[in-house]
Amino acid sequence: MSAPQVRTKREFGRPLNFKRGVIELSHGSGGRAMTQLIDELFAKSLANPWLEQGNDQACLELPAGRVAMTTDSYVISPLFFPGGDIGSLAVHGTINDIAMSGARPLHLSAGFIIEAGFPLSDLKQIVESMAHAARAAEVAVVTGDTKVVERGKADGVFINTTGIGVIPEGLHLSGDLAQPGDCILINGTIGDHGVAVMSERTELDFEVSVVSDSAALHDLVRVMVATAPQIRCLRDPTRGGVATTLNELARQSNVGMVIQEAAIPIRPEVSAVCELLGLDPLYVANEGKLIAVCPPQHAQSLVDAMKDHPLGRKSAVIGEVAADPHHFVRMQTAFGGSRVVDWLSSEQLPRIC
Amino acid sequence: MKYIDEFRDGVTACGVAKQMTLEAKPDRKYNLMEFCGGHTHAIYRYGVRDLLPDNVNMIHGPGCPVCVLPIGRLDMALCLADRDGVTLCTYGDMLRVPGSEGRSLLKAKAEGADIRMVYSAADALKLAHQLPDRQVVFFAIGFETTTPPTAVAIQSAQAQGLENFTVFCNHVLTPSAIANILESPDVRELGTVPIDGFLGPAHVSVVIGSQPYEFFAREYHKPVIISGFEPLDVMQSILMLIRQLNSGRAEVENQYIRAVSRHGNIKAKRIVADVFELRRQFEWRGLGVVPYSALRIKDRFLKFNAEARFNLNYTPAKEHNGCQCGAILRGVLQPIDCKLFATTCTPETPMGSCMVSSEGACAAHYIYGRYQDEAETA
Amino acid sequence: MCLAIPARVSQMLDDDRAIIEIDGVQKEISLALVDDVAIGDFVIVHVGYALGRLDPAEAEKTLELLNAISQTSSETVAS
Ligand code: SF4
Ligand code: SF4
Repeated sequence: MSAPQVRTKREFGRPLNFKRGVIELSHGSGGRAMTQLIDELFAKSLANPWLEQGNDQACLELPAGRVAMTTDSYVISPLFFPGGDIGSLAVHGTINDIAMSGARPLHLSAGFIIEAGFPLSDLKQIVESMAHAARAAEVAVVTGDTKVVERGKADGVFINTTGIGVIPEGLHLSGDLAQPGDCILINGTIGDHGVAVMSERTELDFEVSVVSDSAALHDLVRVMVATAPQIRCLRDPTRGGVATTLNELARQSNVGMVIQEAAIPIRPEVSAVCELLGLDPLYVANEGKLIAVCPPQHAQSLVDAMKDHPLGRKSAVIGEVAADPHHFVRMQTAFGGSRVVDWLSSEQLPRIC
Repeated sequence: MKYIDEFRDGVTACGVAKQMTLEAKPDRKYNLMEFCGGHTHAIYRYGVRDLLPDNVNMIHGPGCPVCVLPIGRLDMALCLADRDGVTLCTYGDMLRVPGSEGRSLLKAKAEGADIRMVYSAADALKLAHQLPDRQVVFFAIGFETTTPPTAVAIQSAQAQGLENFTVFCNHVLTPSAIANILESPDVRELGTVPIDGFLGPAHVSVVIGSQPYEFFAREYHKPVIISGFEPLDVMQSILMLIRQLNSGRAEVENQYIRAVSRHGNIKAKRIVADVFELRRQFEWRGLGVVPYSALRIKDRFLKFNAEARFNLNYTPAKEHNGCQCGAILRGVLQPIDCKLFATTCTPETPMGSCMVSSEGACAAHYIYGRYQDEAETA
Repeated sequence: MCLAIPARVSQMLDDDRAIIEIDGVQKEISLALVDDVAIGDFVIVHVGYALGRLDPAEAEKTLELLNAISQTSSETVAS
């Protein structure tokens, strides 16, 4: 989408029909149709000085410091769900991956793979939502790419975003730094995103008013690292949920973890959906949550600071790091027993039994 | 959640646990089999084991229709899914189970077979309406709980004159499996597995009632408590079993009185009897061939019988040798006694049925219970 | 085995169908296997079908019994 924005519409004859038009193979072939799509949709919605230059690359001036970089591809069905869509998700997800290093996210790239026949109206909605999310997060989408594949070769649209950010001086967060005795924190209710997405899947056929928690967490992280620069690590529990993230951190840090079921925030509707489908909310995806590990003496001030932030109102300490060469994540159940919270062996499927 | 959360209350659990410790006689063991995956699930998920006295030993039974479906039947489903024009629908539970050569329905789907996960038999019926050019086959599994919905689907298909809907029926019967375990030589004669009493299934019993278990109490002199699936239900039922055993009784008692009656759901049983009849025999994974332990579609509904329409024949398939599922299902061995457990056999690469669904004895132990093993050996 | 949960019937539909509600979650189910269900009744739902009814009075009895067991034990331990 690196193309000049200032062109007259006449150059392409008729403007794109965002009501009834669809993506055609020519929109990805590098010709005039592609340039028109970029001008009339991408460059226009995502507008920023880098895109305006119309080069094949963005040339960036970065502030001093270590640079964090990440990439993620977004494939989701349905593309639109309560609380967001693939466009906003592709911005939030990548910003969050950057933010988990403590970095301030600065720039994103966006690559679109679109299936021929995809409605232009849907694409417009996605790109605008992406633009809106980026603007709200004060992050610019500075370069991009579009490819069109034949019908049936992609599920509507896939998006890849890459992000870079700069880590404040002196901050060092990493998944291998958790130590026995540290506290484990979360910034709110679990499973909202997964349940919101499932509620849109017609085959599961239930209704609930839960919206996805999809959000950019970098501002919350800014507050957190300012309050407690001693934080050891941050990670966003997306696919595979809280259980998977805790297992990753335990393994990376060569420790175990013990969490308290009763302390984990969860909406009653999310519990009910999980009950109905036989899923465990600990494994259900989040898109606006983070797990933080910090030394115990800083846990209280950190939770208090998180609760003052709009994205952390329901923050809680949910457990602590333990010495354990087997890296088990265990949970004290609200019922009074304990159990292992294992890695997910594969995608959770609704069960009958 | 009303009628759920109350039965998960930790404070009450603590009190019930104390009472259990008071009443369990220290000089004996209580070997109790929970027949159902639902109980296994509750025991592990809520950590019920931690609250039980040390001399109460829970044995996980074969109560999981996924776990007990033999590979040969799954192979038939795979073979159906590979046919041109067939859309196979089934419950999510079945998708990951490996058939012969490790091929699962999920793999077959990845290879291009049209396989859909449904939440209900009614959804399969709906699909048949939506796809008039395809043969929609519902791969039906389950105990008495899941059977009535399948029966309703077949009746509706008949009433609607559907031409492209069939059912591959694998419904099995709980009482015959319990009888089989009690009849097995290790339990009956050798006395290697002293099963002192049973927790009976909750939701199966909603349909069949408590009456079918009376025979076991009489004939085998084993107490049976029909127990709900919430953790407090399980705790109370175990206490009831302890009390029966202490006083030498062997009766059927119903803990799950809020949903189970003596005769069960008569309407549901009538619908099942209208559509299904007994199979002379059926192979169970882990238990072998069990007489009169499964259902087949009556000839009156032959049109909807996938086995007839597609000429499917059953050939038994070989289990992984070394797999001890059979012995585990009968309570003779524990998962950790199997050499493959947690080495070659894990939830990612299950070698036997008990590792397949999260409520199978091996999988449940792998997922929730390993900490205890490691702690004990450490 | 057999995942089933109690849910309150919140709306009756045609064709032996109904909407159930659990903590803000709604789902359409079939009543083909049960007779005389009315709005407000609790049913046990399995694979989209009501398998049977849940009797609130019996549920209360079970809870009372559980509480009684739980309390006796604390008294015995205390004495
Ligand atoms: S895993 Fe559990 S629910 Fe699934 S079939 Fe087995 S026992 Fe039933
Ligand atoms: S561990 Fe695996 S191989 Fe061994 S008995 Fe269990 S399922 Fe069979």
